[in-house]
Amino acid sequence: MNAEQLKIEDLAVRFRLGAGELLVLDHISFTVAEGERLMLLGPSGCGKSTLLKAIAGFQPASAGAIRLEGRVVSEPGPDRFVVFQEFDQLFPWKTVRANVADAVRLTRGLSRSEAARRAESVLAMVGLEAYGDFYPHTLSGGMKQRVAIARAWAIEPIILLMDEPFAALDAITRATLQQETVNIWHRARRTLIFVTHSIDEAMFLGQRIVIMGSRPGRIVEIIDNPYVDTRDKPESAALRQRIRDLLTSSAAREAAA
Amino acid sequence: MNAAEASGEPGRTARAAHSELWRVAARKLVIAAIFFGGWEVAVRVSGVSPILIPSVEGVFGSFFRGIADLSLIYSTWATVQNLLIAMLVGLAIAVALNIGAFLSSWGREALQTVAAALNPLPAIALLPVAFLWFGASTTSLLFVLVNSVVWAMALNIFTGFSTVPRTIRFVGRNMGLRGLALFRHVYVPAALPYIYTGIKISWAFGWRTVIAAELVFGATASAGGGLGWRIFIDRYNLDTEGTFAGLLTIILIGLAVDSLFRLVERRTIQKWGMAEH
Ligand SMILES: Nc1ncnc2c1ncn2[C@@H]1O[C@H](COP(=O)(O)OP(=O)(O)OP(=O)(O)O)[C@@H](O)[C@H]1O
Ligand SMILES: [Mg+2]
Repeated sequence: MNAEQLKIEDLAVRFRLGAGELLVLDHISFTVAEGERLMLLGPSGCGKSTLLKAIAGFQPASAGAIRLEGRVVSEPGPDRFVVFQEFDQLFPWKTVRANVADAVRLTRGLSRSEAARRAESVLAMVGLEAYGDFYPHTLSGGMKQRVAIARAWAIEPIILLMDEPFAALDAITRATLQQETVNIWHRARRTLIFVTHSIDEAMFLGQRIVIMGSRPGRIVEIIDNPYVDTRDKPESAALRQRIRDLLTSSAAREAAA
Repeated sequence: MNAAEASGEPGRTARAAHSELWRVAARKLVIAAIFFGGWEVAVRVSGVSPILIPSVEGVFGSFFRGIADLSLIYSTWATVQNLLIAMLVGLAIAVALNIGAFLSSWGREALQTVAAALNPLPAIALLPVAFLWFGASTTSLLFVLVNSVVWAMALNIFTGFSTVPRTIRFVGRNMGLRGLALFRHVYVPAALPYIYTGIKISWAFGWRTVIAAELVFGATASAGGGLGWRIFIDRYNLDTEGTFAGLLTIILIGLAVDSLFRLVERRTIQKWGMAEH
Protein backbone atom coordinates (compact mmCIF):
# COMPACT_ATOMS: atom_id res chain seq x y z
CA MET A 1 0.00 0.00 0.00
CA ASN A 2 1.29 3.38 -1.02
CA ALA A 3 0.70 5.80 1.82
CA GLU A 4 1.49 8.77 -0.43
CA GLN A 5 -0.24 7.79 -3.65
CA LEU A 6 -1.38 11.36 -4.27
CA LYS A 7 0.67 14.23 -2.96
CA ILE A 8 -0.42 17.84 -3.17
CA GLU A 9 2.41 20.22 -2.43
CA ASP A 10 1.68 23.86 -1.62
CA LEU A 11 -0.77 24.17 -4.50
CA ALA A 12 -2.10 27.57 -5.53
CA VAL A 13 -4.58 28.37 -8.31
CA ARG A 14 -5.21 31.88 -9.61
CA PHE A 15 -7.72 32.99 -12.21
CA ARG A 16 -7.30 36.04 -14.41
CA LEU A 17 -10.17 38.40 -13.80
CA GLY A 18 -10.11 41.34 -16.19
CA ALA A 19 -7.00 43.30 -15.30
CA GLY A 20 -6.49 41.62 -11.90
CA GLU A 21 -6.25 38.12 -10.54
CA LEU A 22 -8.38 36.03 -8.22
CA LEU A 23 -6.56 33.72 -5.83
CA VAL A 24 -8.91 30.74 -5.59
CA LEU A 25 -6.71 28.16 -3.88
CA ASP A 26 -3.69 28.88 -1.69
CA HIS A 27 -1.22 26.76 0.29
CA ILE A 28 -3.06 23.50 -0.29
CA SER A 29 -1.00 20.55 0.94
CA PHE A 30 -2.10 17.04 1.82
CA THR A 31 -1.44 13.45 0.90
CA VAL A 32 -3.86 10.68 0.09
CA ALA A 33 -3.12 7.00 0.75
CA GLU A 34 -3.92 4.24 -1.72
CA GLY A 35 -7.46 2.97 -1.24
CA GLU A 36 -8.47 5.84 1.01
CA ARG A 37 -11.80 7.68 0.98
CA LEU A 38 -11.15 11.38 1.39
CA MET A 39 -13.84 14.05 1.50
CA LEU A 40 -13.42 17.71 0.55
CA LEU A 41 -15.96 19.65 2.61
CA GLY A 42 -16.42 23.40 2.47
CA PRO A 43 -18.81 26.24 1.77
CA SER A 44 -19.97 27.05 -1.74
CA GLY A 45 -17.32 28.88 -3.73
CA CYS A 46 -14.35 27.84 -1.57
CA GLY A 47 -12.68 26.13 -4.50
CA LYS A 48 -13.57 22.44 -4.02
CA SER A 49 -14.37 21.91 -7.71
CA THR A 50 -11.28 23.86 -8.72
CA LEU A 51 -9.13 21.60 -6.50
CA LEU A 52 -10.74 18.49 -7.97
CA LYS A 53 -10.23 19.81 -11.51
CA ALA A 54 -6.58 20.48 -10.69
CA ILE A 55 -6.16 16.88 -9.50
CA ALA A 56 -7.94 15.65 -12.63
CA GLY A 57 -5.55 17.71 -14.76
CA PHE A 58 -8.12 20.13 -16.20
CA GLN A 59 -6.88 23.09 -14.16
CA PRO A 60 -3.18 23.98 -14.28
CA ALA A 61 -1.48 24.85 -10.99
CA SER A 62 -0.33 28.46 -10.62
CA ALA A 63 2.18 27.33 -7.97
CA GLY A 64 3.07 24.09 -6.26
CA ALA A 65 2.51 20.62 -7.69
CA ILE A 66 0.27 17.59 -7.68
CA ARG A 67 2.01 14.22 -7.84
CA LEU A 68 0.31 10.95 -8.58
CA GLU A 69 2.57 8.03 -7.65
CA GLY A 70 5.51 10.38 -7.90
CA ARG A 71 4.73 11.84 -11.34
CA VAL A 72 3.58 15.44 -11.69
CA VAL A 73 0.00 15.67 -12.98
CA SER A 74 -0.15 17.89 -16.08
CA GLU A 75 -3.15 16.79 -18.14
CA PRO A 76 -6.37 14.80 -17.81
CA GLY A 77 -6.19 11.04 -18.10
CA PRO A 78 -8.19 7.93 -17.31
CA ASP A 79 -6.03 7.19 -14.24
CA ARG A 80 -7.97 9.98 -12.47
CA PHE A 81 -11.56 9.62 -13.58
CA VAL A 82 -14.18 12.20 -12.63
CA VAL A 83 -17.86 11.74 -11.88
CA PHE A 84 -19.35 15.18 -12.40
CA GLN A 85 -22.37 16.74 -10.74
CA GLU A 86 -24.04 17.32 -14.11
CA PHE A 87 -26.48 14.72 -15.40
CA ASP A 88 -25.30 15.21 -19.01
CA GLN A 89 -21.97 13.43 -18.59
CA LEU A 90 -23.09 10.31 -20.46
CA PHE A 91 -22.84 10.27 -24.26
CA PRO A 92 -26.47 10.60 -25.39
CA TRP A 93 -25.83 8.81 -28.70
CA LYS A 94 -24.81 5.59 -26.96
CA THR A 95 -26.84 3.11 -24.98
CA VAL A 96 -26.12 2.69 -21.28
CA ARG A 97 -24.14 -0.48 -22.03
CA ALA A 98 -22.14 1.17 -24.82
CA ASN A 99 -21.39 4.18 -22.64
CA VAL A 100 -19.67 1.88 -20.16
CA ALA A 101 -18.18 -0.69 -22.55
CA ASP A 102 -16.79 1.83 -25.07
CA ALA A 103 -15.20 3.84 -22.25
CA VAL A 104 -13.47 0.66 -21.06
CA ARG A 105 -12.30 -0.19 -24.58
CA LEU A 106 -10.98 3.31 -25.25
CA THR A 107 -9.17 3.67 -21.95
CA ARG A 108 -8.05 0.13 -21.23
CA GLY A 109 -7.79 -1.34 -24.70
CA LEU A 110 -9.88 -4.35 -23.78
CA SER A 111 -11.49 -6.45 -26.49
CA ARG A 112 -15.13 -5.91 -27.36
CA SER A 113 -16.30 -9.02 -25.50
CA GLU A 114 -14.19 -8.37 -22.40
CA ALA A 115 -15.42 -4.77 -22.29
CA ALA A 116 -19.02 -5.95 -22.66
CA ARG A 117 -18.57 -8.41 -19.81
CA ARG A 118 -17.11 -5.75 -17.55
CA ALA A 119 -19.94 -3.36 -18.46
CA GLU A 120 -22.51 -6.00 -17.47
CA SER A 121 -20.83 -6.58 -14.14
CA VAL A 122 -20.53 -2.91 -13.13
CA LEU A 123 -24.09 -2.19 -14.27
CA ALA A 124 -25.23 -5.05 -12.04
CA MET A 125 -23.28 -3.46 -9.18
CA VAL A 126 -25.41 -0.32 -9.44
CA GLY A 127 -28.60 -2.29 -10.06
CA LEU A 128 -29.04 -1.26 -13.70
CA GLU A 129 -28.39 -4.59 -15.45
CA ALA A 130 -31.88 -4.38 -17.00
CA TYR A 131 -31.19 -0.97 -18.56
CA GLY A 132 -28.23 -1.78 -20.81
CA ASP A 133 -30.17 -1.08 -24.00
CA PHE A 134 -31.68 2.20 -22.81
CA TYR A 135 -30.49 5.57 -24.03
CA PRO A 136 -29.43 8.08 -21.35
CA HIS A 137 -32.28 10.52 -22.05
CA THR A 138 -34.79 7.84 -21.01
CA LEU A 139 -33.24 7.52 -17.52
CA SER A 140 -33.92 9.52 -14.38
CA GLY A 141 -31.22 11.77 -12.96
CA GLY A 142 -30.34 9.25 -10.26
CA MET A 143 -30.05 6.44 -12.80
CA LYS A 144 -27.77 8.56 -14.99
CA GLN A 145 -25.48 9.21 -12.02
CA ARG A 146 -25.44 5.47 -11.29
CA VAL A 147 -24.32 4.78 -14.87
CA ALA A 148 -21.64 7.47 -14.56
CA ILE A 149 -20.39 5.84 -11.36
CA ALA A 150 -20.48 2.40 -12.98
CA ARG A 151 -18.51 3.74 -15.95
CA ALA A 152 -15.92 5.37 -13.70
CA TRP A 153 -15.53 2.18 -11.71
CA ALA A 154 -15.28 0.03 -14.86
CA ILE A 155 -12.37 2.12 -16.14
CA GLU A 156 -10.48 1.14 -12.96
CA PRO A 157 -8.75 4.47 -12.45
CA ILE A 158 -6.03 4.89 -9.83
CA ILE A 159 -8.14 7.58 -8.22
CA LEU A 160 -11.86 8.23 -8.53
CA LEU A 161 -12.86 11.87 -8.27
CA MET A 162 -16.46 12.74 -7.51
CA ASP A 163 -17.72 16.32 -7.58
CA GLU A 164 -21.01 16.41 -5.68
CA PRO A 165 -22.47 13.70 -7.91
CA PHE A 166 -25.61 13.42 -5.77
CA ALA A 167 -26.20 17.11 -4.99
CA ALA A 168 -29.10 17.52 -7.42
CA LEU A 169 -30.96 14.41 -6.24
CA ASP A 170 -33.73 13.99 -3.69
CA ALA A 171 -32.73 12.98 -0.16
CA ILE A 172 -33.80 9.33 -0.41
CA THR A 173 -32.07 8.66 -3.75
CA ARG A 174 -29.01 10.44 -2.42
CA ALA A 175 -28.88 8.18 0.64
CA THR A 176 -29.28 5.08 -1.53
CA LEU A 177 -26.48 6.14 -3.86
CA GLN A 178 -24.22 6.97 -0.91
CA GLN A 179 -24.79 3.46 0.40
CA GLU A 180 -24.12 1.96 -3.04
CA THR A 181 -20.89 3.93 -3.29
CA VAL A 182 -19.77 2.47 0.04
CA ASN A 183 -20.73 -1.05 -1.07
CA ILE A 184 -18.84 -0.76 -4.34
CA TRP A 185 -15.83 0.67 -2.58
CA HIS A 186 -15.75 -2.34 -0.23
CA ARG A 187 -15.64 -4.68 -3.22
CA ALA A 188 -12.74 -2.92 -4.97
CA ARG A 189 -10.91 -0.51 -2.70
CA ARG A 190 -9.98 2.31 -5.00
CA THR A 191 -8.83 5.70 -3.82
CA LEU A 192 -11.84 8.01 -3.73
CA ILE A 193 -11.81 11.80 -3.43
CA PHE A 194 -15.32 13.13 -3.01
CA VAL A 195 -16.43 16.76 -2.95
CA THR A 196 -19.45 17.73 -0.90
CA HIS A 197 -20.91 20.59 1.08
CA SER A 198 -23.03 18.28 3.20
CA ILE A 199 -21.65 17.42 6.65
CA ASP A 200 -23.78 14.27 6.76
CA GLU A 201 -22.48 13.03 3.41
CA ALA A 202 -18.90 13.76 4.44
CA MET A 203 -19.30 11.87 7.74
CA PHE A 204 -20.92 8.85 6.14
CA LEU A 205 -18.50 8.49 3.21
CA GLY A 206 -15.17 9.88 4.41
CA GLN A 207 -12.47 8.13 6.38
CA ARG A 208 -10.79 11.54 6.46
CA ILE A 209 -12.45 14.89 5.90
CA VAL A 210 -10.61 17.93 4.59
CA ILE A 211 -12.40 21.01 5.90
CA MET A 212 -11.93 23.97 3.58
CA GLY A 213 -12.47 27.69 4.02
CA SER A 214 -12.81 30.39 1.39
CA ARG A 215 -11.21 33.54 0.10
CA PRO A 216 -8.79 32.25 -0.68
CA GLY A 217 -9.71 28.59 -0.67
CA ARG A 218 -7.51 26.87 1.91
CA ILE A 219 -7.43 23.94 4.26
CA VAL A 220 -8.84 24.70 7.71
CA GLU A 221 -8.30 21.26 9.17
CA ILE A 222 -8.07 17.59 8.21
CA ILE A 223 -10.17 15.34 10.43
CA ASP A 224 -10.03 11.58 10.97
CA ASN A 225 -13.56 10.22 10.98
CA PRO A 226 -14.11 7.13 13.15
CA TYR A 227 -17.83 7.15 12.30
CA VAL A 228 -17.38 6.44 8.59
CA ASP A 229 -19.99 4.05 7.08
CA THR A 230 -22.47 4.83 9.87
CA ARG A 231 -25.32 7.29 10.09
CA ASP A 232 -26.50 9.30 13.09
CA LYS A 233 -24.63 7.38 15.76
CA PRO A 234 -25.23 9.26 19.03
CA GLU A 235 -21.46 9.33 19.73
CA SER A 236 -20.84 11.11 16.43
CA ALA A 237 -22.73 14.21 17.54
CA ALA A 238 -19.65 15.83 19.09
CA LEU A 239 -17.57 15.45 15.91
CA ARG A 240 -20.48 16.70 13.81
CA GLN A 241 -20.72 19.78 16.02
CA ARG A 242 -16.95 20.34 15.80
CA ILE A 243 -17.08 20.25 11.98
CA ARG A 244 -20.00 22.66 12.00
CA ASP A 245 -18.05 24.99 14.30
CA LEU A 246 -14.98 24.83 12.06
CA LEU A 247 -17.08 25.73 9.02
CA THR A 248 -18.93 28.60 10.74
CA SER A 249 -15.91 30.07 12.51
CA SER A 250 -13.90 30.17 9.29
CA ALA A 251 -16.86 31.81 7.63
CA ALA A 252 -17.08 34.32 10.49
CA ARG A 253 -13.35 35.09 10.18
CA GLU A 254 -13.86 35.86 6.50
CA ALA A 255 -16.79 38.11 7.26
CA ALA A 256 -14.65 40.02 9.79
CA ALA A 257 -11.69 40.26 7.44
CA MET B 1 -46.56 12.11 -23.69
CA ASN B 2 -49.54 9.86 -24.16
CA ALA B 3 -50.70 7.11 -21.83
CA ALA B 4 -49.00 4.31 -23.76
CA GLU B 5 -45.63 6.05 -23.53
CA ALA B 6 -46.11 6.82 -19.87
CA SER B 7 -46.75 3.17 -19.11
CA GLY B 8 -43.15 2.56 -20.15
CA GLU B 9 -44.00 -0.56 -22.12
CA PRO B 10 -41.90 -0.43 -25.28
CA GLY B 11 -44.08 -2.98 -27.16
CA ARG B 12 -47.29 -1.13 -26.54
CA THR B 13 -45.76 2.25 -27.31
CA ALA B 14 -44.46 1.00 -30.66
CA ARG B 15 -47.84 -0.51 -31.55
CA ALA B 16 -49.68 2.66 -30.61
CA ALA B 17 -47.24 4.78 -32.66
CA HIS B 18 -47.63 2.38 -35.57
CA SER B 19 -51.42 2.51 -35.72
CA GLU B 20 -51.25 6.30 -35.33
CA LEU B 21 -48.97 6.39 -38.36
CA TRP B 22 -51.49 4.43 -40.41
CA ARG B 23 -54.30 6.76 -39.36
CA VAL B 24 -52.25 9.79 -40.43
CA ALA B 25 -51.39 8.17 -43.79
CA ALA B 26 -55.06 7.31 -44.38
CA ARG B 27 -56.15 10.88 -43.63
CA LYS B 28 -53.54 12.23 -46.04
CA LEU B 29 -54.75 9.89 -48.78
CA VAL B 30 -58.31 11.06 -48.27
CA ILE B 31 -57.26 14.71 -48.52
CA ALA B 32 -55.30 14.00 -51.73
CA ALA B 33 -58.29 12.11 -53.20
CA ILE B 34 -60.64 15.02 -52.41
CA PHE B 35 -58.20 17.47 -54.01
CA PHE B 36 -57.73 15.50 -57.23
CA GLY B 37 -61.43 14.56 -57.41
CA GLY B 38 -62.43 18.23 -57.03
CA TRP B 39 -59.92 19.24 -59.70
CA GLU B 40 -61.20 16.64 -62.17
CA VAL B 41 -64.84 17.58 -61.58
CA ALA B 42 -64.09 21.31 -61.89
CA VAL B 43 -62.22 20.80 -65.16
CA ARG B 44 -65.06 18.71 -66.67
CA VAL B 45 -67.89 20.94 -65.45
CA SER B 46 -66.28 24.26 -66.43
CA GLY B 47 -65.00 23.01 -69.77
CA VAL B 48 -61.79 25.07 -69.37
CA SER B 49 -59.24 24.64 -72.15
CA PRO B 50 -56.85 21.72 -71.43
CA ILE B 51 -54.03 23.97 -72.57
CA LEU B 52 -54.63 26.13 -69.46
CA ILE B 53 -55.64 23.44 -66.96
CA PRO B 54 -55.33 19.82 -67.95
CA SER B 55 -57.47 17.06 -66.49
CA VAL B 56 -56.15 14.94 -63.64
CA GLU B 57 -56.43 11.95 -65.89
CA GLY B 58 -54.26 13.67 -68.51
CA VAL B 59 -51.63 14.72 -65.99
CA PHE B 60 -51.28 11.24 -64.51
CA GLY B 61 -51.33 9.78 -68.01
CA SER B 62 -48.40 11.97 -69.03
CA PHE B 63 -46.67 11.16 -65.71
CA PHE B 64 -46.88 7.39 -66.23
CA ARG B 65 -45.93 7.66 -69.93
CA GLY B 66 -42.85 9.60 -68.83
CA ILE B 67 -41.99 6.82 -66.41
CA ALA B 68 -42.67 4.09 -68.96
CA ASP B 69 -40.44 5.63 -71.66
CA LEU B 70 -37.90 6.52 -68.92
CA SER B 71 -37.69 10.17 -70.09
CA LEU B 72 -39.13 11.44 -66.80
CA ILE B 73 -36.77 9.19 -64.86
CA TYR B 74 -33.78 10.57 -66.77
CA SER B 75 -34.84 14.19 -66.21
CA THR B 76 -35.36 13.52 -62.52
CA TRP B 77 -32.02 11.79 -62.20
CA ALA B 78 -30.23 14.64 -64.00
CA THR B 79 -31.67 17.11 -61.51
CA VAL B 80 -31.03 15.00 -58.43
CA GLN B 81 -27.52 14.19 -59.62
CA ASN B 82 -26.65 17.87 -60.04
CA LEU B 83 -27.92 18.64 -56.58
CA LEU B 84 -26.10 15.70 -54.97
CA ILE B 85 -22.81 16.73 -56.59
CA ALA B 86 -23.34 20.30 -55.41
CA MET B 87 -24.11 19.09 -51.90
CA LEU B 88 -20.95 16.96 -51.76
CA VAL B 89 -18.83 19.85 -53.01
CA GLY B 90 -20.63 22.16 -50.58
CA LEU B 91 -20.00 19.77 -47.71
CA ALA B 92 -16.30 19.55 -48.55
CA ILE B 93 -16.04 23.36 -48.67
CA ALA B 94 -18.03 23.69 -45.42
CA VAL B 95 -15.71 21.23 -43.68
CA ALA B 96 -12.62 23.04 -45.00
CA LEU B 97 -14.00 26.39 -43.80
CA ASN B 98 -14.67 24.89 -40.39
CA ILE B 99 -11.15 23.49 -40.14
CA GLY B 100 -9.94 27.01 -40.89
CA ALA B 101 -12.27 28.37 -38.21
CA PHE B 102 -10.95 25.81 -35.75
CA LEU B 103 -7.31 26.62 -36.48
CA SER B 104 -7.41 30.41 -36.21
CA SER B 105 -9.64 33.19 -35.00
CA TRP B 106 -9.19 34.85 -38.41
CA GLY B 107 -10.65 31.75 -39.97
CA ARG B 108 -13.55 31.90 -37.53
CA GLU B 109 -14.32 35.55 -38.28
CA ALA B 110 -13.99 34.91 -42.00
CA LEU B 111 -16.44 32.00 -41.90
CA GLN B 112 -18.98 33.89 -39.82
CA THR B 113 -18.77 37.10 -41.85
CA VAL B 114 -18.84 35.52 -45.29
CA ALA B 115 -21.54 33.00 -44.40
CA ALA B 116 -23.69 35.64 -42.70
CA ALA B 117 -23.37 37.87 -45.78
CA LEU B 118 -24.02 35.24 -48.44
CA ASN B 119 -26.56 33.01 -46.64
CA PRO B 120 -29.51 35.42 -47.09
CA LEU B 121 -28.61 36.03 -50.76
CA PRO B 122 -30.87 33.85 -52.94
CA ALA B 123 -28.39 31.75 -54.90
CA ILE B 124 -30.49 32.19 -58.05
CA ALA B 125 -29.51 35.87 -58.01
CA LEU B 126 -25.99 34.73 -58.86
CA LEU B 127 -27.16 33.33 -62.21
CA PRO B 128 -26.15 36.38 -64.28
CA VAL B 129 -22.69 36.34 -62.73
CA ALA B 130 -22.39 32.61 -63.33
CA PHE B 131 -23.34 33.16 -66.99
CA LEU B 132 -20.72 35.87 -67.28
CA TRP B 133 -17.96 33.67 -65.86
CA PHE B 134 -18.78 30.18 -67.04
CA GLY B 135 -21.38 30.59 -69.79
CA ALA B 136 -24.36 28.23 -70.03
CA SER B 137 -22.44 25.27 -68.69
CA THR B 138 -22.67 22.66 -65.96
CA THR B 139 -20.02 24.68 -64.11
CA SER B 140 -22.42 27.61 -63.99
CA LEU B 141 -25.20 25.46 -62.62
CA LEU B 142 -22.91 23.91 -60.00
CA PHE B 143 -21.57 27.32 -59.03
CA VAL B 144 -25.07 28.55 -58.28
CA LEU B 145 -26.06 25.31 -56.56
CA VAL B 146 -22.98 25.12 -54.35
CA ASN B 147 -23.70 28.68 -53.30
CA SER B 148 -27.22 27.71 -52.35
CA VAL B 149 -26.09 24.85 -50.07
CA VAL B 150 -22.68 25.69 -48.65
CA TRP B 151 -23.46 28.54 -46.23
CA ALA B 152 -26.23 26.84 -44.29
CA MET B 153 -24.01 23.79 -44.07
CA ALA B 154 -20.93 25.71 -42.92
CA LEU B 155 -22.85 27.72 -40.32
CA ASN B 156 -24.63 24.69 -38.87
CA ILE B 157 -21.45 22.63 -38.65
CA PHE B 158 -19.76 25.56 -36.96
CA THR B 159 -22.59 25.96 -34.45
CA GLY B 160 -22.58 22.20 -33.83
CA PHE B 161 -18.92 22.06 -32.92
CA SER B 162 -18.96 25.23 -30.86
CA THR B 163 -21.92 24.11 -28.76
CA VAL B 164 -20.68 20.67 -27.68
CA PRO B 165 -21.56 20.65 -23.97
CA ARG B 166 -18.62 21.34 -21.65
CA THR B 167 -19.23 18.23 -19.55
CA ILE B 168 -19.17 15.99 -22.63
CA ARG B 169 -15.89 17.55 -23.76
CA PHE B 170 -14.42 17.07 -20.30
CA VAL B 171 -15.44 13.41 -20.21
CA GLY B 172 -13.79 12.82 -23.58
CA ARG B 173 -10.52 14.38 -22.45
CA ASN B 174 -10.81 12.56 -19.15
CA MET B 175 -10.79 9.30 -21.13
CA GLY B 176 -7.44 10.39 -22.51
CA LEU B 177 -8.82 11.26 -25.97
CA ARG B 178 -6.85 13.92 -27.85
CA GLY B 179 -6.85 15.46 -31.30
CA LEU B 180 -8.48 13.36 -34.00
CA ALA B 181 -9.67 10.67 -31.58
CA LEU B 182 -11.44 13.29 -29.45
CA PHE B 183 -12.91 14.76 -32.62
CA ARG B 184 -14.18 11.39 -33.88
CA HIS B 185 -15.48 9.97 -30.62
CA VAL B 186 -16.90 13.14 -29.05
CA TYR B 187 -17.15 16.22 -31.26
CA VAL B 188 -18.67 14.67 -34.39
CA PRO B 189 -21.42 12.65 -32.66
CA ALA B 190 -22.18 15.52 -30.27
CA ALA B 191 -22.52 17.91 -33.22
CA LEU B 192 -24.62 15.51 -35.30
CA PRO B 193 -27.97 17.27 -34.71
CA TYR B 194 -26.56 20.49 -36.20
CA ILE B 195 -24.71 18.72 -39.00
CA TYR B 196 -27.96 16.98 -39.83
CA THR B 197 -29.92 20.24 -39.74
CA GLY B 198 -27.31 21.76 -42.03
CA ILE B 199 -27.76 18.99 -44.58
CA LYS B 200 -31.55 19.22 -44.34
CA ILE B 201 -31.63 22.99 -44.89
CA SER B 202 -29.10 22.69 -47.72
CA TRP B 203 -31.30 20.18 -49.48
CA ALA B 204 -34.33 22.44 -49.13
CA PHE B 205 -32.46 25.49 -50.50
CA GLY B 206 -30.75 23.42 -53.16
CA TRP B 207 -33.92 21.72 -54.40
CA ARG B 208 -35.64 25.05 -55.01
CA THR B 209 -32.56 26.51 -56.63
CA VAL B 210 -31.80 23.60 -58.93
CA ILE B 211 -35.28 23.65 -60.50
CA ALA B 212 -35.20 27.39 -60.98
CA ALA B 213 -31.69 27.33 -62.42
CA GLU B 214 -32.56 24.54 -64.85
CA LEU B 215 -35.43 26.60 -66.21
CA VAL B 216 -32.80 29.06 -67.37
CA PHE B 217 -29.81 26.85 -68.20
CA GLY B 218 -31.73 24.15 -69.94
CA ALA B 219 -30.29 21.21 -71.81
CA THR B 220 -26.74 22.51 -72.04
CA ALA B 221 -26.27 22.27 -68.33
CA SER B 222 -27.21 18.65 -67.84
CA ALA B 223 -27.25 15.99 -70.52
CA GLY B 224 -30.82 15.84 -71.80
CA GLY B 225 -31.90 18.49 -69.28
CA GLY B 226 -33.35 18.17 -65.82
CA LEU B 227 -36.87 18.54 -64.46
CA GLY B 228 -36.78 22.32 -64.62
CA TRP B 229 -35.82 22.28 -68.29
CA ARG B 230 -38.46 19.60 -68.94
CA ILE B 231 -41.37 21.66 -67.61
CA PHE B 232 -40.09 24.69 -69.50
CA ILE B 233 -39.91 22.81 -72.83
CA ASP B 234 -43.29 21.10 -72.27
CA ARG B 235 -44.88 24.51 -71.76
CA TYR B 236 -43.14 25.81 -74.90
CA ASN B 237 -44.67 22.87 -76.83
CA LEU B 238 -48.06 23.64 -75.27
CA ASP B 239 -47.89 20.23 -73.56
CA THR B 240 -49.57 21.46 -70.37
CA GLU B 241 -50.18 17.91 -69.18
CA GLY B 242 -46.43 17.34 -69.36
CA THR B 243 -45.71 20.55 -67.46
CA PHE B 244 -48.10 19.53 -64.69
CA ALA B 245 -46.67 16.01 -64.64
CA GLY B 246 -43.23 17.62 -64.13
CA LEU B 247 -44.57 19.73 -61.26
CA LEU B 248 -46.12 16.60 -59.77
CA THR B 249 -42.73 14.88 -59.94
CA ILE B 250 -41.01 17.81 -58.23
CA ILE B 251 -43.59 17.68 -55.44
CA LEU B 252 -43.32 13.90 -55.04
CA ILE B 253 -39.52 13.95 -54.85
CA GLY B 254 -39.73 16.75 -52.28
CA LEU B 255 -42.17 14.74 -50.17
CA ALA B 256 -40.13 11.54 -50.49
CA VAL B 257 -36.87 13.18 -49.44
CA ASP B 258 -38.69 14.86 -46.57
CA SER B 259 -39.95 11.53 -45.25
CA LEU B 260 -36.50 10.03 -45.70
CA PHE B 261 -35.05 12.82 -43.56
CA ARG B 262 -37.73 12.22 -40.95
CA LEU B 263 -37.06 8.48 -40.94
CA VAL B 264 -33.32 8.99 -40.44
CA GLU B 265 -34.05 11.52 -37.72
CA ARG B 266 -36.32 9.09 -35.86
CA ARG B 267 -33.70 6.35 -35.99
CA THR B 268 -30.84 8.56 -34.83
CA ILE B 269 -30.97 11.89 -33.07
CA GLN B 270 -34.59 11.50 -31.99
CA LYS B 271 -33.88 8.06 -30.54
CA TRP B 272 -30.93 9.56 -28.66
CA GLY B 273 -32.99 12.43 -27.27
CA MET B 274 -30.78 14.94 -29.13
CA ALA B 275 -33.48 16.26 -31.46
CA GLU B 276 -34.44 19.39 -29.50
CA HIS B 277 -31.74 21.99 -29.61
N1 LIG C 1 -12.85 29.62 -14.82
C1 LIG C 1 -12.92 30.47 -13.80
N2 LIG C 1 -12.57 31.76 -13.96
C2 LIG C 1 -12.62 32.63 -12.93
N3 LIG C 1 -13.02 32.31 -11.69
C3 LIG C 1 -13.38 31.04 -11.47
C4 LIG C 1 -13.35 30.05 -12.50
N4 LIG C 1 -13.77 28.87 -11.97
C5 LIG C 1 -14.04 29.11 -10.67
N5 LIG C 1 -13.80 30.41 -10.36
C6 LIG C 1 -13.96 31.02 -9.05
O1 LIG C 1 -13.28 30.20 -8.13
C7 LIG C 1 -13.99 30.13 -6.91
C8 LIG C 1 -14.18 28.68 -6.52
O2 LIG C 1 -15.03 28.03 -7.44
P1 LIG C 1 -15.37 26.48 -7.31
O3 LIG C 1 -16.27 26.13 -8.40
O4 LIG C 1 -14.09 25.72 -7.20
O5 LIG C 1 -16.12 26.45 -5.91
P2 LIG C 1 -16.82 25.22 -5.17
O6 LIG C 1 -16.18 25.13 -3.84
O7 LIG C 1 -16.79 24.03 -6.01
O8 LIG C 1 -18.30 25.75 -5.00
P3 LIG C 1 -19.69 24.95 -5.07
O9 LIG C 1 -19.84 24.22 -3.78
O10 LIG C 1 -20.71 26.03 -5.20
O11 LIG C 1 -19.62 24.03 -6.25
C9 LIG C 1 -15.29 30.88 -7.11
O12 LIG C 1 -15.14 32.15 -6.51
C10 LIG C 1 -15.40 31.03 -8.60
O13 LIG C 1 -16.02 32.22 -8.92
MG1 LIG D 1 -18.32 22.88 -7.10
